[in-house]
Amino acid sequence: MEVQLGHYLTVGVLLFSIGLYLALAKRNVVGILMGIELMFNAVSLTLIAFSRFVESPQPIAGHVFVVFVITVAAAEAAVALALAMVVYRNRGTIDIDQINLLRW
Amino acid sequence: MLNTVPEAVVWAIFLLPISSFVIIGLFARPWPRWCGYITIAVVGLSFLLSLWVLDSVIQEDGRDLAFATHQWLTVGSLTVNLGLTVDGLTAIMLMVVTSVSFLVQVYSQGYMHGDPGYSRYYAFMSLFTGSMLGLVLAENLIMLYVFWELVGLCSYLLIGFWFERPAARAAATKAFIVTRLGDLGFLTAIILIWSQTGELDIPRIQEMAMAGAIGDVILTWLAAGVFAGAMGKSAQFPLHVWLPDAMEGPTPVSALIHAATMVAAGVYLVARLFPIFSASDVAMNTVAVVGGITAVVAASMGIVMTDIKRVIAYSTISQLGYMMLGLGVGGLAAGVFHLLNHAFFKALLFLGAGSVNHATNTFDMRKMGGLRRFMPWTFTTFVIAALSLAGIFPLSGFWSKDEILTDAWDERRALAWVGLVVAFMTALYIGRVVFLTFGGDYRGGEAPSTGSGQAPAGDHSSTRFQPHESPPVMVLPMIVLAVAAVLTGFLNVGEGVTHLLEGWLPPEALERTAKTEFNLGVAAMSLGFAVAGLTVAWLIYGARLLSAETLRRMFGPVHRLLVNKYYLDWLYEDILVRRVLVRGVSTGLDLFDRYVVDGVVNATAWATRFSASRLRLVQAGQLQVYGAAIFLGIVLIVAAILIVNP
Repeated sequence: MEVQLGHYLTVGVLLFSIGLYLALAKRNVVGILMGIELMFNAVSLTLIAFSRFVESPQPIAGHVFVVFVITVAAAEAAVALALAMVVYRNRGTIDIDQINLLRW
Repeated sequence: MLNTVPEAVVWAIFLLPISSFVIIGLFARPWPRWCGYITIAVVGLSFLLSLWVLDSVIQEDGRDLAFATHQWLTVGSLTVNLGLTVDGLTAIMLMVVTSVSFLVQVYSQGYMHGDPGYSRYYAFMSLFTGSMLGLVLAENLIMLYVFWELVGLCSYLLIGFWFERPAARAAATKAFIVTRLGDLGFLTAIILIWSQTGELDIPRIQEMAMAGAIGDVILTWLAAGVFAGAMGKSAQFPLHVWLPDAMEGPTPVSALIHAATMVAAGVYLVARLFPIFSASDVAMNTVAVVGGITAVVAASMGIVMTDIKRVIAYSTISQLGYMMLGLGVGGLAAGVFHLLNHAFFKALLFLGAGSVNHATNTFDMRKMGGLRRFMPWTFTTFVIAALSLAGIFPLSGFWSKDEILTDAWDERRALAWVGLVVAFMTALYIGRVVFLTFGGDYRGGEAPSTGSGQAPAGDHSSTRFQPHESPPVMVLPMIVLAVAAVLTGFLNVGEGVTHLLEGWLPPEALERTAKTEFNLGVAAMSLGFAVAGLTVAWLIYGARLLSAETLRRMFGPVHRLLVNKYYLDWLYEDILVRRVLVRGVSTGLDLFDRYVVDGVVNATAWATRFSASRLRLVQAGQLQVYGAAIFLGIVLIVAAILIVNP
């Protein structure tokens, strides 16, 4: 059985859904960050798949995007984890429900 | 005969006094003596330059010297030019303004001596003179209006010169607001003429009016608006109420306002726009009738006033009415000639009143008397001015008054009779002033006031106060003015002034001016009425054959009406301002503001706060709820796009 575009997209949707669920359902900030990383990867996979299977005048545009996403995601993860650390030091928790200083 | 005057010199005539104002205001203020000298030098220079202008204009037979017009600014279709009009009318006005102003400034050296506001006084006087000169020279309605308002501003500043006195403040405000009412009409007229013709240059507008390019109705409204402005400035009934109160300013200021600057502006404006007025019969009649009413009303009030300056002030209003009457019956030359003669003898009357005040510290004629012996020079010059005002041959007042009456006699006989009655009343009140002030025995005056305030009267506070002649610096200008008051009347015997004054008129307008031919009957009658007036004054106040007290009782109601100034002040201040404006209009506006305007604002604020109090419940601060909402939103948007655009 040849691996087709549909398979890649299915895996992408599954990954994205898992990531979304994590991001929306976890209380732990680190868990949420992990969910977001999953969504990044799902999107990257989709981009690569389209880039591979769809005829395009710019065949490597998708690849370029993905390289950028990976780079930015790395930077984002570093900043986000640093923020989580600082929040933990100040508030003694990284439970997302407890971080509500600006609430009415 | 000199060469024709270059344009730069004409600009200098009015820019010099204005620059003097700037110099005094910015630099020379700490040295009061120099402020006075600067002003006098500058106005004197303007006078000399005006002589040059007069010379050139005489060579041109009073026609416009036709200087180039300079474009100043363009906004859309509105083009405002700057330019100078120099013709016979301008030249005469320049002479009047600069000469009277010069003499008044010299006189002020004595009168204002030691006043704490000496520098400020001269700064304002410079600006006043400069603005009036600019007004006279302006070729463009916008430029004219600017100077018109500047003159109004200066009169406000000078009437309220002793601003520590509440009466002075009130008088200044009153003068400003009442003249502003008239100016509203003038401004409307300017806007009207611009919207109708797109022109603001006076010669252009006159050409159009002459050629019939402007409709009759528009022309009449235009003239009415301009005349409203002139009524305010020249204190015509019913806007005359500010002028008597303007007495609160220093006396030389009154002399300047009454003779050469402020009030002359209105008459000048009507004369300058004479071609427009002459094209509309309604406008001419209005001018003549308003002038006649003003002359009678003001003269009648002058008879009963006890304040010497007030009597002279009402006399000014009355004489301005005369000028308007003259202009209204087509006597352009007669009206402006009267303005010229009036400027000299009226300035002299005021300077005389100031000199009397300098000696007695009061303006109340009941406390004067017998000053003939103490102040021979003031007495002599004052009597010359008084006789000139009364119109006694051969003094200047006789000639111009006679011209006006002759013109009126030919054109509208009823108004000529009004003029004759006014001539009688004029002689009566001015005779009363002379007899009360200079005749009889001295009735004590008032002790010199200490500190500032009234005219500082030197250092004779010791023992009983004796009146004395004023210093030469005050007497000399009065003598010069007295000579002028005797001689200026003869200027027009050969029709020279008339020729000069009418030289600039377009032929169509020239046709509509009154042709003055000497009428012995009218002259005899005017002289007779004047002598009769003087005789009555002598009988009552000089020989005391008739008791003023008895007469007052006989004419009780009339006297009360006159003393209360026809209840006009009461009508304006109590009824119009306090009742109608304050209680009626202002209350209504207050309610509107409080409930409608504030209501809208408050309702907006309330609606905002209410919706916020409900909407903020959505922002629970739970990050993941937001995330879910964002995701749902994206899904909905994508779904919508797919449905619309499959």
